Amino acid sequence: MTLLDKFRPLQEARDQLKALGADPFNVVVEKILSPTEAIVNGRQVILAGTNNYLGLTFHPECIEAAVRALREEGCGTTGSRMANGNYVDHQALEREFAEFYGLPYSVVFSAGYLANLALLSTLPGADDVILIDADCHASIYDGCKMSAAEVIRFRHNDVADLDKRLRRLKDRARCTLVVVEGIYSMFGDRAPLREIVEVKDRYGAFLMVDEAHSLGVLGEQGRGLVEAEGVTERADFIVGTFSKSLGAIGGYCVSSHQALDTLRYAARPYIFTASSSPAQIASTRVALRLLRDGRELRRRLWDNAERFYNGLKALGCTLGPQLSPVVPVILSEDRADSLAVWKELLERGVYVNLVMPPATPDHRCLLRCSMSAAHTPAQIDRLLDTFAQVFAAHGLSA
Amino acid sequence: MKTYQQVLEELLQTFRTLVPQATEIDEDTELVGSLGLDSMKVMNLLQEVEDHFDVSIPLNVLPDVRTVGDLAQKIHKQLQD
Repeated sequence: MTLLDKFRPLQEARDQLKALGADPFNVVVEKILSPTEAIVNGRQVILAGTNNYLGLTFHPECIEAAVRALREEGCGTTGSRMANGNYVDHQALEREFAEFYGLPYSVVFSAGYLANLALLSTLPGADDVILIDADCHASIYDGCKMSAAEVIRFRHNDVADLDKRLRRLKDRARCTLVVVEGIYSMFGDRAPLREIVEVKDRYGAFLMVDEAHSLGVLGEQGRGLVEAEGVTERADFIVGTFSKSLGAIGGYCVSSHQALDTLRYAARPYIFTASSSPAQIASTRVALRLLRDGRELRRRLWDNAERFYNGLKALGCTLGPQLSPVVPVILSEDRADSLAVWKELLERGVYVNLVMPPATPDHRCLLRCSMSAAHTPAQIDRLLDTFAQVFAAHGLSA
Repeated sequence: MKTYQQVLEELLQTFRTLVPQATEIDEDTELVGSLGLDSMKVMNLLQEVEDHFDVSIPLNVLPDVRTVGDLAQKIHKQLQD
């Protein structure tokens, strides 16, 4: 055995995909045309597999702000905020996030992934416990791996199971961080947040809510599930990303606890990485304002989600448990069949994500589709027509 | 307080009930290899086992759990703690 032998099974899996003539994990976007269209394999496709929920990636005000920052402040910051200095715009964005949530403390990170690593590797220490929903994102699992705390899973969205596990912890429940997501990235379902808050409060535990897929999507002002469920002040730490509804790259955390502000002097994923580029911060500041004022965008997003979800349902597709801008079309356990369906959709001008176990919540493959406020009704109808043709061709229609 | 042997016997019985192919299971049976379970099925099975013993087994200890006996030891330790 050598250092590199462990990659052989992965390389073999990659070779098998190549032999089948499709590679869902290495799609090349030759030209991006708009939030909902691109050229892939020389063909124009409708993008229904992004996280561009509000369609802000091409918003002229975001682009203008980024261009101005690029010209005035340069391409990058070349270092971390602690070692190389804070740019005032990074601090301004932190204030704006704090104001947006009505909470006193806010920290921005260079990626949403890093926000989760920073919180989970730093907040819970060796004698503490992290209690995560089983369907949490890989960044949460990775943050747990970096932590010295004991890590326990509870059954997905199962408040009774959470309650039971907090009870088993006895006094240690007060040193426990419960971690859930606003909208789960694969099935698009929401956490039963009000009940979860009740339970964690009863045991004196702390709660972290990852709003990566729900920021801009849920709540009157788009603050996410915490706003929709009226528990913003009772969620101890709210994290999120700039890379979905805000159309850029970066991450944030807001909190009522001063410990969040202190954490920046202890969290290695905050300290030992370069801060976001001025252009990223500038476009995010504009996007956050557009998101907060984006009731019309949210209305369009949910109209589109409903049109697409109901259309797929009428085709007899097996869908996720609830209506959401994340629309999973659940296929079989057969990877080759699922790959063939995905490939044909792409060849007919529809780009969605193919997700295979173990990245899926169960043993089945799924086509992860997502809606944007920028999709037009005509595009959605075209998506549905293509799904109907491909599913009929593969014997998957009702 | 249950002894290790009692925990092991209950664990073996739980596996026999939940895993159809676990008829000839013993202390040295490997969870992933011998029982024909993938890691996801093991995680789901683990939840049932946790409920049976009313314990929570931390993810951190799972890399050390290869056999049914390893799991019985972890559960026994949890019950003692």
